[in-house]
Amino acid sequence: MKQSMNRLVFDFCGATLEALGSGALHWPAARTLVVSDLHLGKCARGAATGGAALPPYDTRETLARLARDIAATEPERVICLGDSFDSVAIGAALPSEERARIAALQTGRDWIWIEGNHDPGHVGAGGTHLETWAQAPLAFRHITVPASDAGEVSGHYHPKARILLRGRALSRACFLMDSERLMLPAYGAYTGGLWTHSATLSRLMGPGAEVILCGERPARLPMPRAEARRA
Amino acid sequence: MTALPASLQSWFDARGWQMHPHQRAMLDRARAPALLLIAPTGGGKTLAGFLPTLADLAEAPEPGMHTLYVSPLKALAADIKRNLRTPIDEAGLPIRVEDRTGDTSAHAKKRQRADPPHILLTTPESLALLTSYEDAPRMFAGLKRVVIDEIHALAESKRGDQLMLALARLQALCPDLRRVGLSATVDDPDAIARLLARHPDPCEILEADPGPDPDIEMLVTDTPPPWSGGGAKYAIPAVLEEVRKHRTTLIFHNTRAQAEIFFHNLWLANDEGLPIGIHHGSLDRGQRERVEAAMVAGELRAIVCTGSLDLGIDWGDVDLVIQVGAPKNVKRLVQRIGRANHRYNAPSKALLVPANRFEVVECVAALQAVKERDLDGDPRGPGPRDVLCQHILIAACSGPFDADMLFAEMNSAGAYAGLTRAQFDACLDFCATGGYALRAYDQWRRIVQRPDGLWQLRDPRSAQRIRQNIGTIQDTDTLKVRWRGRGGAPLGEVEEGFAATLTKGDTFLIGGQIVRYEGLREMIVEVSRDAAQKPKIATFMGTKFATSTQLSHRIVKMCQQEDWPELPDHTADWLRLQREVSRLPQPGRLLIESFPHDGREQLVVYGFAGRNAQQTLGLLLTKRMEEEGLAPMGFVATDYATLIWGLDAVTDPRPLFDIARLEAGLDGWLAGNAVMKRTFRASAFIAGLLERQVGGQRKTGKQATMSSDVLYDTLLKYDPEHLLMQITREEAMRGLVDFDRIREMAARVGDRIDLLRLTRVTPLAAPLFLEPGRVPIRGTADERLLEEEVTRLLDASGLATVDAPARPVWRVPW
Repeated sequence: MKQSMNRLVFDFCGATLEALGSGALHWPAARTLVVSDLHLGKCARGAATGGAALPPYDTRETLARLARDIAATEPERVICLGDSFDSVAIGAALPSEERARIAALQTGRDWIWIEGNHDPGHVGAGGTHLETWAQAPLAFRHITVPASDAGEVSGHYHPKARILLRGRALSRACFLMDSERLMLPAYGAYTGGLWTHSATLSRLMGPGAEVILCGERPARLPMPRAEARRA
Repeated sequence: MTALPASLQSWFDARGWQMHPHQRAMLDRARAPALLLIAPTGGGKTLAGFLPTLADLAEAPEPGMHTLYVSPLKALAADIKRNLRTPIDEAGLPIRVEDRTGDTSAHAKKRQRADPPHILLTTPESLALLTSYEDAPRMFAGLKRVVIDEIHALAESKRGDQLMLALARLQALCPDLRRVGLSATVDDPDAIARLLARHPDPCEILEADPGPDPDIEMLVTDTPPPWSGGGAKYAIPAVLEEVRKHRTTLIFHNTRAQAEIFFHNLWLANDEGLPIGIHHGSLDRGQRERVEAAMVAGELRAIVCTGSLDLGIDWGDVDLVIQVGAPKNVKRLVQRIGRANHRYNAPSKALLVPANRFEVVECVAALQAVKERDLDGDPRGPGPRDVLCQHILIAACSGPFDADMLFAEMNSAGAYAGLTRAQFDACLDFCATGGYALRAYDQWRRIVQRPDGLWQLRDPRSAQRIRQNIGTIQDTDTLKVRWRGRGGAPLGEVEEGFAATLTKGDTFLIGGQIVRYEGLREMIVEVSRDAAQKPKIATFMGTKFATSTQLSHRIVKMCQQEDWPELPDHTADWLRLQREVSRLPQPGRLLIESFPHDGREQLVVYGFAGRNAQQTLGLLLTKRMEEEGLAPMGFVATDYATLIWGLDAVTDPRPLFDIARLEAGLDGWLAGNAVMKRTFRASAFIAGLLERQVGGQRKTGKQATMSSDVLYDTLLKYDPEHLLMQITREEAMRGLVDFDRIREMAARVGDRIDLLRLTRVTPLAAPLFLEPGRVPIRGTADERLLEEEVTRLLDASGLATVDAPARPVWRVPW
């Protein structure tokens, strides 16, 4: 897959951030790279539990992409925003080759695993396990909390947007943000998504919310919402 | 001359019947190891195939199977059983005839294996299944003859390849087995004979008198056909008038959807309530059987139908065949026409109804071809290897096998005569390991080699799963449709993709009725009655055939006539106008039109290469345009042209059409393409990489698509030379991709490319804008439009000034 390091710079609650076309978030001032919903081991889990039998190359694919983003941004800290593993057990069950890849990425930098609903415990890989991590003005957690303070960065929903360009529909995974919260797209391979025009996401985001579409050149647009659908 | 046994002869005499010459010839040549009979429909072909069997069995037959009859349709097997009973019962012959298909009860199937009938009627899939049992040698012991009906239909598909592999297996069990093939009129009898005979044995061909020329015309109506579409609604009054004038009319359509729409419209106009039925493969079996019974009983005046009625079922007194929509293929047209008038040596009567303006031209060209008896056909390549993989698994189910013997057996099937040992070994390795990228997974290690060198199933329990997945029919994924409520009666099936587009309250046509979508429950589409006059959504899709090469050439040639007295005025006027404002396509040249329309630049390529190839041409040209920075946005293809729209106009087409560069781009571009994924999926199911049935549970199409797409992407990346990837490329090149016809086009036009820059839509291009099936292209155009949109919004909202840092900073770090 062609991977671009093109990035879009934007301000969020007083922090200057970069949205990467891959779906990663870079915070240069804090030398931090954030990715969400890696779902490592998704296909391996599917096969193990009698679901769709897919060869587990998805993990390799996701880690390769992460390695490129790390090489391009050289962060001191990497935050995985939850659902990094498709289940708690799968973390320990990953092939040693892939565990070694993760360990190599972790070398020389802080690595924070935020716990998600798929991996609500210690996943058996190195790094720190936390429910939330904060450094003013931002706070990082897996699922957005409705009454949280401004500056919350979360994942979980795998947002994707559908927009019309001169009568032509375009669908892409996207960042989603309003004045108080920022939501990351899923970084993992083969992960589905939730439309920004779904009732859930439309309800969660405040007025004036915007999306940043992933892709070769990240693009910032007003959030397509429920009421705009089928217009 | 071989005499008929007395009992049969007196049966013929009592009816005042005489054998047709070809029936007698079949009897005379009963001992030929392989014999192909080519006879028109209604020529008593099936009886000709069975006469030697009946003669053999007329007196004191030994128990055990004597003759195996294989037909492509379950319905045909049932029909033949009925028809064979008449001479057997009336001549008092002590012969047991039974059929065995997917519809046969488990009890009857079990009994048949223990105590086989003299004559067993079956389908290729049921036969493959039978050969997979350990007791196959006992069941087929003593088998003398195999009769393959409608072999011309089987010869065009993987079902035929599978059948011939099963025959090779039977021949190994019964070395004296004699093969008989029954075929409709075809362009190349030798090709079918090669498939039928054990390679390299010869095969005798017997051609019956083809009978008189059919009486066939185009239905000309006062209302001209529309510019586009396939409904032919305009012709309803004229068609009803014809139904009124004839006893029984078959109204053929190319797709099920068109049959449904036409049937619905026919009923709306059927004021006098003529009994008219509908029959197609998506309808519930019970419903189809009722129509068939009414038809045989002579209760119907007309049946609206599709290819499901194409094959030799005896529908009684049909005296008119109407073909709605261009026939696409002259051979199929001739075979369909044969459905009318089952009296041998009486001309069949048929009418062609073009569905749109362009089809008028195509119908007239097809009529000329029929008159000149110029049938079309494209040679089929070597036997596909996905079928081979399945056959290896089937062989393993029946017991341990020796690879050398299995290879020799496969080589004796005509389609696989050229199979090399290396190719065979690749299939064997696939069955044993799943291939390099998948070698770590047990599920794909199906067979193992024993210390004594024989191969056997790694896990004997897997036999059941392999048997459940036998077959090569590439069914699209369908969902059953039922009336809502407990025990609601079944109506038929719709494609899963179509069902996915429905929301509650949508109405559509099925079985000629308008129904309302209520919801999906346990993978069944539930509907209720709806009184609406017009369905909201037309109906499901269907197979689309490409117009044959020969027919396309005829059309281009017709375009070059001075004038068109044989065409109705409305169509001749249309061609004249095209000649006036632009140009008509010429043999040996490629016409391309370029004009702005609808805020975009349009390019029309009149390649006349058939729907599939024009579609591929669309994919390849847009790729080349993307490389040249012309920002293509999408395309749509028909049998004769491809329309491409984009942001920039093409001014120099020559670099785009360089065949070498087109072909070079093929691999990389198609690799990521949906056509390839579809092809891969079909082959993966046949070869056993994917399983449709797992433990009696049918996977939904969506699950299957998901896993097959991921498997495809994985193999593409990590093991692009995997056997299934090779098979996919081979298949795609001759099937959906049809690159052969692009090559044929390139050879035909050379560098004689005429690009006409025009100011507006031309008459010939206009219908393309109404064509469904537009394919979007994702690339530069997306990025340019996205940038345009961002700029527009920034300007409009003033964000550009207040939020200055929010501008993309492009930086490539290496």
